[in-house]
Amino acid sequence: MNLRDRDLGSWPVVGGLAAIAVVFGVLNEHFLSAENLTNLALQMAATGTISLGLVLVILLGEIDLSAGSVSGLCAVVMTILYVRHGWNPAAAVAVALAVAALIGALHGFMFTRLGIPSFVVTLAGLIGWQGLMLYLLGRGGTINLPFDGAVAKLSDTWLPPWAGFLLAALIVGIRTGSVLNGRRMRRAAGLPVPSGRWSALRLVGLAVALAAVAAVLSADRGVPLLLLIFAALVVAADLVLRHTTFGRHVFAVGGNAEAARRAGIHVTRIRILAFVGGSVLAAFGGILAAGRLAAVNQSSGSSDTLLMAIAAAVIGGVSLFGGRGRAYAALLGILVIQSITNGMLLLNVDSSVRYMVTAAVLAVAVAIDSLARRGQKR
Amino acid sequence: MLSAIGVSKRYNAVQALDGVSLDLRAGEVVALVGDNGAGKSTLVKVISGVVTPDEGRIEQDGHPVRVNDPLDAQRIGVSTVHQDLALCENLDVIANLFLGAERHRWSVLRHIRMERTARDLLSSLDVRIRDIGVPVAMLSGGQRQSVAIARALIGEPRVVILDEPTAALGVEQTAQVLALIRRLRERGLAVLLISHNLADVRAVSDRIVVLRLGRNAGEFPTEGTAPEAVVAAITGGGSL
Repeated sequence: MNLRDRDLGSWPVVGGLAAIAVVFGVLNEHFLSAENLTNLALQMAATGTISLGLVLVILLGEIDLSAGSVSGLCAVVMTILYVRHGWNPAAAVAVALAVAALIGALHGFMFTRLGIPSFVVTLAGLIGWQGLMLYLLGRGGTINLPFDGAVAKLSDTWLPPWAGFLLAALIVGIRTGSVLNGRRMRRAAGLPVPSGRWSALRLVGLAVALAAVAAVLSADRGVPLLLLIFAALVVAADLVLRHTTFGRHVFAVGGNAEAARRAGIHVTRIRILAFVGGSVLAAFGGILAAGRLAAVNQSSGSSDTLLMAIAAAVIGGVSLFGGRGRAYAALLGILVIQSITNGMLLLNVDSSVRYMVTAAVLAVAVAIDSLARRGQKR
Repeated sequence: MLSAIGVSKRYNAVQALDGVSLDLRAGEVVALVGDNGAGKSTLVKVISGVVTPDEGRIEQDGHPVRVNDPLDAQRIGVSTVHQDLALCENLDVIANLFLGAERHRWSVLRHIRMERTARDLLSSLDVRIRDIGVPVAMLSGGQRQSVAIARALIGEPRVVILDEPTAALGVEQTAQVLALIRRLRERGLAVLLISHNLADVRAVSDRIVVLRLGRNAGEFPTEGTAPEAVVAAITGGGSL
């Protein structure tokens, strides 16, 4: 079983994460502390959500370079409505997400109907939406969110320990139920049932992992709501991608758009929906980031947000060639990138070195992707 | 069961088809042969609804039917396997078999139902694939061709058109696919086989229809016809 024979799945990333944990854990005793791991969880939610949106688009074999700008713009839209116009925060968030949906639809329309490559459409978006954001911010350049307001509270709400463990137990219970139900149904349909030992092992692994996360986070301030939101989005996206016709069609279009078209799949609709989904998730990530900072400013969603989000998706195992990858890539990838960033900040390493290390990790991830793809071609 | 009668199609200056007729019957493999430019592809496109003929008609069980687009063709039970198989290589066998025709309830995929149907279909066709959960990219050429043909049966068609199904295959894989074509016949399907390879045609077909320069140039029962006669019809040598 070498690289050419098998899809390695998530194992390289998990291995990489373990290596990162060991290296930084040895170099700095604070890295694996409960407080720092909690900070890590808070740091990764916003960019991770943007990355999740990019997974959708990259699975089609396309790219959305505007995700960072859209996240900043929509955070500003939300803040202006909420702070300047005194709207209800939920309504302000809803309008911001609607704006993002329109932007995604516009990108999708220009890509599918006008035939402009997605790279170019969203490059225009990258510049244009940032421009609109700066225009909306005006001269002041910074708008603060009230610390005790609902949006800022998103990143300052913590589950008490009992609730964290209860939630972990609940998730394991639901998962166990669904595995058992799946086995029962397969048996009823006369289909081969996968080895029970392996399924059980995976469930135990899940239980241990979730219990460990709950224990570590509870040792500090508790399980952060922000992490729960991000994780819930990842799980939801994974279920949609693997268990709905829409998800199946995303993979089909990403794998072979012409075959999908001939099979009667509405390729244009799938593409537009993916761009809409990507932009809405980017906007939501921007809102989470604004809540965590308790402000929006001229650098909202700019600098390296976009590149980190793309890198996270690729490192997590989503193929840039389209058609291969899972929603969990966003979670794993952002965990890798944020761990490196966080660890290097603890070690007081200059950001120049941090960028170079992140780039090296990204290059390795893309190389694995290319090799795996070459192995599949005959 | 399905007939094309007096079909003509003109592309600007080129008369691609000129009054061609073709008759397909249930449980029979008809081979459509001819040189390049003889009009084979155009005739297939007419039957599968990709192009509309200028003249002529399609009849099903003696009644004229409209075949103006691929959906019409699907409705009257015509299913086509194109030469470039149009599989999604990143998806597994089951997903490819049901591509665009996924079984679902409220848009939630019914994995188990699809896998059951897929396994039943593949075993009834005696297609052996060790693990139908792997991406199609990992399969051999013959297995992929088999998947493409099996996919054509998902909609329960009455007529299956195979465009050069053995063109890219080795000897053993060709044998697999020819065996599969025989099983299609046993299922009572009308099979139209387009091929350049006369050996394959002789091995599997019941009747050979020859086109030459857009016209019918002969029709032979496969059994008892000398290969030379077919070649002569293809090249026009018979009229010399």
